[in-house]
Amino acid sequence: MVHLILFIIFGVICVAGAVNLLAQKHPINSALSLVVVMGALAGLYLLLGAEFLAAIQVIVYAGAIMVLFVFVIMLLNAGEEEHTHGSKIALLFGVPGMVVGSVLIAWMLIHSQPSAREVTVGQLYGSARSIGQLLFGQFLLPFEITSVLILIAIMGAVVLARRESQ
Amino acid sequence: MNGTVLEIPLAYYLVLSAILFACGVTGFLIKRNIITIFMAIELMLNGVNLSFVAFAAYWHALSGQVFVFFVMVVAAAEAAVGLAIIIAVFRTRETLNPDRVNLLKL
Amino acid sequence: MQLWLIPVLPLVGCAINGLFGRRFTKLSVNIVGLLFPGLSMLYAWDIAVRYIGSGCRPVPPDVLPTWLAAGDFHINWAFQLDQLSMLMMLIVTTVGFVIHVYSVGYMAHEGGYYRFFSYLNLFMFFMLTLVLGDNYLVMFVGWEGVGLASYLLIGFFFRRDSASAAGKKAFITNRVGDFSFLIALFLLIKHFGTLNFAAVFSQVSQLPQETGWGLLTVIGLLMLGGAAGKSAQIPLYVWLPDAMEGPTPVSALIHAATMVTAGVYMVCRSHAIFDRAPNALLVVAIIGTLTAFFAATIGIVQHDIKRVLAYSTVSQLGYMFAAAGVAAYGAAMFHLMTHAFFKALLFLAAGSVIHGLSGEQDMRKMGGLRKEMPWTFWTMTAATFAIAGCPFLSGFFSKDLILFKVFSSPFGSHVLWFILWITALLTAFYMFRLWFLTFFGEFRGTPAAVHGDHHEHKGQEEHHHAGHAHESPKVMLIPLAILAILSIIGGYIGYGEKNPLGTFLAPVFSQYSTGLPAATVSGGEVAAEATTTSAPAPHEEDASLEIKLMAAAIFTFLLGLGLAWYLYYLHPDLPPKFAASMRGLYETVSNKYYVDEFYGAAVIRPIIAFSTAFLWKTIDAGVIDNTLNESAVAAGDVSNAFRRMQSGNIRSYAGWVALGAAAVIAFMVWTGGAR
Repeated sequence: MVHLILFIIFGVICVAGAVNLLAQKHPINSALSLVVVMGALAGLYLLLGAEFLAAIQVIVYAGAIMVLFVFVIMLLNAGEEEHTHGSKIALLFGVPGMVVGSVLIAWMLIHSQPSAREVTVGQLYGSARSIGQLLFGQFLLPFEITSVLILIAIMGAVVLARRESQ
Repeated sequence: MNGTVLEIPLAYYLVLSAILFACGVTGFLIKRNIITIFMAIELMLNGVNLSFVAFAAYWHALSGQVFVFFVMVVAAAEAAVGLAIIIAVFRTRETLNPDRVNLLKL
Repeated sequence: MQLWLIPVLPLVGCAINGLFGRRFTKLSVNIVGLLFPGLSMLYAWDIAVRYIGSGCRPVPPDVLPTWLAAGDFHINWAFQLDQLSMLMMLIVTTVGFVIHVYSVGYMAHEGGYYRFFSYLNLFMFFMLTLVLGDNYLVMFVGWEGVGLASYLLIGFFFRRDSASAAGKKAFITNRVGDFSFLIALFLLIKHFGTLNFAAVFSQVSQLPQETGWGLLTVIGLLMLGGAAGKSAQIPLYVWLPDAMEGPTPVSALIHAATMVTAGVYMVCRSHAIFDRAPNALLVVAIIGTLTAFFAATIGIVQHDIKRVLAYSTVSQLGYMFAAAGVAAYGAAMFHLMTHAFFKALLFLAAGSVIHGLSGEQDMRKMGGLRKEMPWTFWTMTAATFAIAGCPFLSGFFSKDLILFKVFSSPFGSHVLWFILWITALLTAFYMFRLWFLTFFGEFRGTPAAVHGDHHEHKGQEEHHHAGHAHESPKVMLIPLAILAILSIIGGYIGYGEKNPLGTFLAPVFSQYSTGLPAATVSGGEVAAEATTTSAPAPHEEDASLEIKLMAAAIFTFLLGLGLAWYLYYLHPDLPPKFAASMRGLYETVSNKYYVDEFYGAAVIRPIIAFSTAFLWKTIDAGVIDNTLNESAVAAGDVSNAFRRMQSGNIRSYAGWVALGAAAVIAFMVWTGGAR
């Protein structure tokens, strides 16, 4: 019961934040509502027993990536959005298309048998230890490669963003 | 919470994930600020992460959570590089509106 | 026996002169141009002598690789030798070679010298293929090829509009005839499954003689259509007078001696078909007779010396067709041979006259040339007397034989004979008119036109200066002499009881005669002794009839000579008065009965109008061009529509991606793959 209530609360916060992201005109508002969404998601992860991931979500996503976004918004002094009529296609086809797509997925998910079964929380325990064992055991290679990936990303970001030397 | 067994159908999580994903796509399509568009992408990724974790719980497979870990790493890298590009484009085009960055128009 | 060498040798000469002749000296062109036809002629005589020496034993055809094989239908490149093709082969090679020699002198100062000999050799190749082929398709190759060579040679002076137009007219008129011939060939293929002469004729000989309008009659009439085109009979004779635009040796070779006789040869070769189709034969005879008369009437009012000879050719070809039309194929071939001699001679001598007058062709400006050009005069005299039917010359025998056959054959009729008899009178008249106008009386031309810018010839006998015509060089006179001798003595080969020529050809024409009434066979050939009918009584009747007809023919000769002498020698002022008094009739005949104008209005202009308005503007420009243009424009439009996807706008790209993703998901859901 409690879980259901918690799920509903966190879920509503998620969706509200997402919709707010769409509705705001100033990017800083959108960024802040995205932070809210991520926080709610962290809660949902906890509900699913992924405590390590919940922590990571807050630390990395909300704490680093969103901060980066906010920094850039402030750096570029992005103002309110203008009204430009850039693309009719996006509005005409894209939005309805995605709505239709997601409705289809949802309908399909709801009506498919396996996912009607319940998830028993608490049987799975995503502790830091177990995740760590997997990371350094079975998924060692991807782990190392991601470190290289991050290195490349750092270098790319530095090169791309710096000022042209006169 | 540890001892209590409470059942939330997997479908609920997946539907929520789908809603988040759809909001992300919609944001991508209707927003006119490139940074906001990037945030919509992050929203999409988050939605997908949620479904990964849900399935990991459902199938009792921790590798689902490990994958989420990697998704986050990639999202971080991508956000860094993408924002750098935005800064670079901003320097030349003086605008954050993607409709104005249309030099590739035929 | 390598029969194929005879056509191929001139072809080699044509190729060498055609490809390299531009850089040759005149001497080299002469050597190449004369060597190959000469070799061909010598080899032809060699084969002929051996063939006759062996008693005309049948020789197997010379078969070269297969041309086409489609199911049961086979055509080989094969040449055959029998009496008929041997005779044609000798005529073509000999007269052809003589005219080649003549051309060396005549064309000496014309441009495109090497081209002329190349085309002339090409013509020899095709003509020999025509007469030596052993099936209709090889013959048709030759048939078409001589039409092509004729076009090339008529339009030899292609910078003259009239010459190019004449060449086109000849070719197109021929094509109309060829169309008819082709349909006949298709019918043959359909009903007999083959085009090989021996195979077709042996199948035809199983069929009975037709009384009405059956298959063989239709085939015969269609073949006659083809022959009418090639041999200038009504209604397709209109190209021959215009063909005089070509150089005179061309007129002599192609339009007198050889190409125009191809139709006669074809009819004689297909005698097995015609023997069994009396209605077709009747049409042949009627057309031949009418053409002979019709052309002769036009000939008597022409002023151009070559035109007179052209209409004379049409008329004499009419005689040959009339003979074939009464199943007297041997008589037709005999006249073909003698005509080749004297008509070629007439043209060559006329060419000599024209050459001597630096290009003047109008007889009203000639006269009194017998003093300046004696050789030409005497040779032309021989030819003129021969064609008019002077006793004991070649033309007398052959024409007399035709008249006899038309009168007495079971297919003949007295009406036809009468018309041909009048035509003989007309023939004598216009030939002697020509003779008197050209060689007698006072010279009526302008002296300045005579000498002009004529320059010297090597080896010329007399070289006169301003004011006089001059005789032609030896290289032109020797061929004239040769042909004159043949015109005089050539008739004896077909004369008399023994009649060597008739006996020689009889096996060909009596072959494939199973099932025919004996009268048909014997009526066609002079060698009556070869058949089994009762001999003495009809023979005596024949003899006295022959004498009567011969007397009638001699009468026309003398009457024609006398009239011409009276009107053009004694009282030259009379003919214009006659013409003035019969203005209307004279104008009509002089304008060739307005046949050309009629064709122009009835056939040519409608076709051109139809082609322009419908075929060109509507179909070609409207449908075909438009289809292509429109499809190109459509491609452009489609591309334009797709181009709007590439807007450079990120959001629209995203929109398309979203749309596509939704479509894929929907598809997966629908097919249940997402399960």
